Amino acid sequence: MLNLIVRRVAIAIPTLLIILVISFLLMHAAPGGPFTSEKPLSPQVLANIEAKYGLDQPIHKQMFNYTVGILTEFDFGPSFKYKDRTVNEIIAQGFPVTMTYGVWSFIIAVFFGVPLGLIAALRQNTRTDYFAVSFSIAASVLPNFVMAPLLILVFTLWLGLLPGGGWNDGSWQNLVLPVIALSTSYTAELTRLTRASLLEVLRSNYIRTARAKGLPELKVILRHALKPAMLPVITYLGPMFVGLITGSFIIDSIFSTGGMGYFFVNSALNRDYSVMLGITLLVGGLVVLFNLIVDLAYGWLDPQIRY
Amino acid sequence: MAGWIRKSGIKLMIDLKAKKNFNFYNFELAPDDEMKGRSLWVDARIRYARNKMATICLFILILICIFSIFGNLFAAYSIEEIDWAILGMTLEKGYPSFETGHYFGTDEMGRDLYARVVQGSRISLSVGFIGAIISTFVGTMYGAISGYIGGRLDGLMMRIVDILIAIPFMFILILFLVVFGRSILMIFVGIALFSWLGMARVARGQTMTLKNKEFIEAAQAIGVSQFTIVIRHIVPNLLGIVIVYGSLMIPGFIMAESFISFLGLGVQEPNTSWGALISEGAGTMTYGTFWQLAFPLSFFTVTMFCFYFIGDGLRDAFDPKDR
Repeated sequence: MLNLIVRRVAIAIPTLLIILVISFLLMHAAPGGPFTSEKPLSPQVLANIEAKYGLDQPIHKQMFNYTVGILTEFDFGPSFKYKDRTVNEIIAQGFPVTMTYGVWSFIIAVFFGVPLGLIAALRQNTRTDYFAVSFSIAASVLPNFVMAPLLILVFTLWLGLLPGGGWNDGSWQNLVLPVIALSTSYTAELTRLTRASLLEVLRSNYIRTARAKGLPELKVILRHALKPAMLPVITYLGPMFVGLITGSFIIDSIFSTGGMGYFFVNSALNRDYSVMLGITLLVGGLVVLFNLIVDLAYGWLDPQIRY
Repeated sequence: MAGWIRKSGIKLMIDLKAKKNFNFYNFELAPDDEMKGRSLWVDARIRYARNKMATICLFILILICIFSIFGNLFAAYSIEEIDWAILGMTLEKGYPSFETGHYFGTDEMGRDLYARVVQGSRISLSVGFIGAIISTFVGTMYGAISGYIGGRLDGLMMRIVDILIAIPFMFILILFLVVFGRSILMIFVGIALFSWLGMARVARGQTMTLKNKEFIEAAQAIGVSQFTIVIRHIVPNLLGIVIVYGSLMIPGFIMAESFISFLGLGVQEPNTSWGALISEGAGTMTYGTFWQLAFPLSFFTVTMFCFYFIGDGLRDAFDPKDR
């Protein structure tokens, strides 16, 4: 187990470093600094500003200072566009919002998708199964940027049941549509994966043995089939987490929920490099951490994995 | 993109069907064809054609491709021409109609939606296909070389893939677009940079099983160079699985492009794509101009749906387990 952790961390660290280096270099390769505006600044003013933000130093030093700032004080530096705000403040404002509907979507996708897939597999070729399969096909062609406008169209414009945007301190009415829009395609994917994987396990020899020795069906499933059937599902949780975070951009832009996606897209449109860099690194760190957890869970569940 | 690699889904239903048809299948072959060997491709084509849903979807997809290539011949307006008679009165006058020549209506700025949907389909589909071609080419070569040579080089090459695949590529892609300018070319480059990773893994896995086969040994014995073995003997034998995997990736690329364009970070005006059109339509649906959302959305959804079944049909057609 320790070996597994070490190996995974050994992959995680270079991943983070590469994200840091690529995004840092990309930012600095960009034509026009963050302070180029229509009104040209006098060279002296420009030099002063650049000195203030540390932009006059050589690039490796800037990168080093930036990394040290993040690691020691969790400081992502100032925003280049909004002089009175730091990236930390922006993250502090957007992160809880993103996390709220992200976590809800995650929970809903897992708690609906997995049981639906299990039931579908256990009742293969019944009506329940056909329903689950058609649901997963239909939902997989409806990504969040398709779901979100459709939901607003139906529930806000036609039925007038739920607000079509805003955050309102995360009241449930404001959460329902974003969470449905974000979680549907992942619920579908989990349903399909769980169904397929349980069906495959149920056809394997050791399940036949378990049945042959007279175990009741429920015990066969709970004790022998469930754990191996969950392995592909666990692996999918990693990409799903990434998908939920990137999907939150769409949610923020359609529902005006004001999460991190809103700030990221805005800073991309305004070339506010430090905000983009900060959010990219934060998300990269989260993704790497989450993948690490998924890998460890996998290693713990699957006795065949020995590093 | 990983989402598109599905294990079985409806495949099982098709499995059952295949079993039912099995006797029929042998029967059909029995007297005449018995002597003729059939290549993998003929075999796959026969099996694909037996899957009705996949065949219908392929047909629809071809129609959509034809629409995107030749559709603008029938457009009465160009993509950027503003119909001044309609501007400002989109809801009253901009609805879909054959009399005005706006078959799909107009957008909020009085531009012809038909012409824009044709253009959007062209861009979205080409992102899908070009992405698949590049990633297939790069990924297959990378995976085949890594798998065939093996040893340390393989370890190194695969660790690189492990690391790159863990990067949330959408973020880097957006950074890329911001820094080098938002254009469709940059989307191609950006998607190509990250898309080959999954393919490389698949190709490597398959190469590992191939490289101990007798025909490879025979090639080695007569002194064929490593490079030639990879190109002549490994890669052609990877094609089946590569085609299946490639077809499953196309919707992922189209979605990635639509995602970025939806956020306004992708294609730039006056060019457009499905994502950008859906975004515009979603923005204006509160005014009651539903057609602005409906047309691009239907094209997008139908295409995704078709790719789903085509990928499924291809997998069944090439799946060696079924044989």
